[in-house]
Amino acid sequence: MSGDDLEAALTTRTQNAPSELLSRSFFFLCAALSIVTTIGLIALLATEAAKFFTFSAPLVGVDGATAGIVEFLTGTNWDPTNGSFGVLALVSATLMVMIGSSIIALPLGLGTATYLSEYASPRLRSVLKPALEILAGIPTVVYGFFAVIYITPALGTVLPGLSKFNMLSACVVVGIMIIPMVASISEDAMSAVPDELRQAGYGMGATKLEVSTGVVVPAALSGIFSSFILALSRAIGETMAVTIAAGSTARFLNIIDPGAYTESALPMTAAMVKLVKGDVTGGGLAYRSVFAIGATLFVITLVMNIVSDVIAHRFKEEY
Amino acid sequence: MTENTAETADESSDGGVTATTGAATTTPTTPPEPVIRARDLDVFYGSERALESVDIDIPEQQVTAIIGPSGCGKSTFLRCINRMNDRIDAARIDGDLTLRGTNVYDAAVDPVALRRRVGMVFQEPNPFPKSIYDNVAYGLEIQDVEGDHDEIVEQSLRRAALWDEVSHQLDSSGVALSGGQQQRLCIARAIAPDPEVLLMDEPASALDPVATSQVEDLIEELAEEYTVVIVTHNMQQAARISDKTAVFLTGGKLVEFGDTDQIFENPEHQRVEEYITGKFG
Repeated sequence: MSGDDLEAALTTRTQNAPSELLSRSFFFLCAALSIVTTIGLIALLATEAAKFFTFSAPLVGVDGATAGIVEFLTGTNWDPTNGSFGVLALVSATLMVMIGSSIIALPLGLGTATYLSEYASPRLRSVLKPALEILAGIPTVVYGFFAVIYITPALGTVLPGLSKFNMLSACVVVGIMIIPMVASISEDAMSAVPDELRQAGYGMGATKLEVSTGVVVPAALSGIFSSFILALSRAIGETMAVTIAAGSTARFLNIIDPGAYTESALPMTAAMVKLVKGDVTGGGLAYRSVFAIGATLFVITLVMNIVSDVIAHRFKEEY
Repeated sequence: MTENTAETADESSDGGVTATTGAATTTPTTPPEPVIRARDLDVFYGSERALESVDIDIPEQQVTAIIGPSGCGKSTFLRCINRMNDRIDAARIDGDLTLRGTNVYDAAVDPVALRRRVGMVFQEPNPFPKSIYDNVAYGLEIQDVEGDHDEIVEQSLRRAALWDEVSHQLDSSGVALSGGQQQRLCIARAIAPDPEVLLMDEPASALDPVATSQVEDLIEELAEEYTVVIVTHNMQQAARISDKTAVFLTGGKLVEFGDTDQIFENPEHQRVEEYITGKFG
């Protein structure tokens, strides 16, 4: 190749070809759209919630209705049609769902992950793992009916005083719902632990149990924690199953009292559904409270995501 | 599997691998019994033969090097000694392999108990993502070793020539150390429970020359207290540090076994000489 030909070949610009420029713009638009949508949603939540907190007109027929941010965040009585907006009643129910479902899902999910990653034969794992992921794809409304039709009557035989709609059933069904998430993500983390570490354990005379719990689980801790936090966020945000199973009576319950779980209550998401689906008409204070609950929920999950990042980073193991 | 009871009957009851207390290695009585003895040992992976009729007597408190070209079965042999091959479903072992007279493939022998008496150091340094202290104390913890763990950890790190570098940072992570330090940490971890035998599978092949020479010095020192069996693809390394050398050639056959000087200066077999002089492999 002569010097001129080589120069021509080397100076051909491929980066600025139309296809390259066009695809670059397309991918940028894809990224921009999701970011803009998210920002738009946050802005909507914030402005509508702000309107709720600054709403000055009294509710029709209700005396002394207040919607101050302090009353909202510290009040324990939720009765929007009568002007009581104590979100703690809803937060307590949401936290109960989170705690109750975690007690079920975290140990079972981690146990499932340990079995799949360390004990199951590759053949069995290749069947069980997809099956687990299918379980995660069942519509949550199905889980809700499953709770009312099967779980509540079954629990009722053990706990005679159980309400038809109760927190316990909601916790159990949400727990079952998030097991696949914990199991699947934890299993990914445990499978990613290099076999050299297992060999080190076995070479030291560790048993299978000692290698699984003492070597693999600690090495996969950051992934396991991530699965826990994601599952908790899912439990907090879960709507249909708890709307169906938990009932529709807002009440402030003691989240650490086991007896409270036999009662019905109204988690935040269920309260929002209830408001939007018929309790109130558009434009009023009660309607705007939907956005206030939504904003509160958003802040809770945002904090959990931040905590998750911090924890995952803190426990990040370089194996 | 056949029992070679004639040779080992008097040894079968004491010093066996199922004993959990560390039998102190005192001065050898006459005649020196081999620590590890293989007779007619075959290993198959599925239908593929990895070792063929291996006979070997590995002596106590010496460094025995196993050399040979890739795929000759040298790592397979090493992993037979502590039954790490059990983890491979397709592996099948025939013949006898005894540790101080106990057949390690006897149905009564628990591979977990066996591995507690036979330490192993791997090719890639594989410290646990735990603190330096917890790495060394791992074997002590899972085996419920009695005594002052702090003291055993310090001793082991000293023997592994790592103490001076890490004594001020025992709580920091083992994986933050350099490759050579990690490998010495793995050696400290392996010797902490005071095993009968130390197996090393190309322990220096992932290390730089300086770290390699540190580990080699360490292996020679360890042989004063331990029986060391080391697999290496580096013939100079075998010549430098070992007392005995076993040469495996393709097909999983142990072609020659003897004193290292004799193997390297005057091997009996033509093929061994060709391998050692670099004509193949």
